[in-house]
Amino acid sequence: MRRDVFQAIADPTRRAIVLLLAANAMTPNALAEHFGSSRQAVSKHIHILLDCDLLTQEQRGREIHYQINARKLDEVEKWIGQFKSQLTKQFAQLDDVLEQLKTTNQ
Amino acid sequence: MNTISAMNFVVDKENKTVKVDRSFNAPLDLVWAAWTQPALLDQWWAPKPWRAETKFMNFEVGGRRFYAMVSPEGQAHWSIQTFTSISPQSNFKMLNAFADKDENPELPGSEWDLRFSEQDGITNVSITIYNESLARFEQMLEMGFQGGFTMGLANLDELLKNL
Repeated sequence: MRRDVFQAIADPTRRAIVLLLAANAMTPNALAEHFGSSRQAVSKHIHILLDCDLLTQEQRGREIHYQINARKLDEVEKWIGQFKSQLTKQFAQLDDVLEQLKTTNQ
Repeated sequence: MNTISAMNFVVDKENKTVKVDRSFNAPLDLVWAAWTQPALLDQWWAPKPWRAETKFMNFEVGGRRFYAMVSPEGQAHWSIQTFTSISPQSNFKMLNAFADKDENPELPGSEWDLRFSEQDGITNVSITIYNESLARFEQMLEMGFQGGFTMGLANLDELLKNL
């Protein structure tokens, strides 16, 4: 299943992973230590993040390091910035609905 | 018109809340209906070109609204709202969470408190959105990563619950 970036960051653990990796590229073990959970559990989240291109992986010697795909994050940031304008849009639509209701009620 | 429809929007990071105030040029009973009746909600809840589809809605304390935000490509993102308090034409509270297509919520969600008041035919809706999970993940981040992104995520939680 193809995942989208918003689904990926809908989970609090995955958001935390993203924030950690934004500071430093890390190995899966280092990530797992941060969450006090099994490498397996963290690995599941990493795969979801990889699936939606939010992370990239890099082989360094025998270890894999995960890092943030900054381009994809820009997409997210842009989307966050749209929160206000989206609400504004929703409410403008509500204005229209209310106008119609007022007309119908008269 | 601008003065009526201006939206006041404040992110209160300390209290993990977003506060939104908006007035509507309509009497209270209509505004209340538009927020609490599924057929009306579906007409405005999704920012176009997305559309909202409410599968069911029991607007009573303990009742739920199960709905999808459907993308232009037809992909549905489900959410569940559970109504925790209702004072007709004055206030209602709900828990808002993402869900899968089988009505399983992805907790934690956010808590919404909506207050309605009318003055001279203008109805103000004052919304407080509280999010516990922000504190949660900030605790996990004791390494001191700072910057706009962290701040942005404070908004993001709210947004996600609404999309």
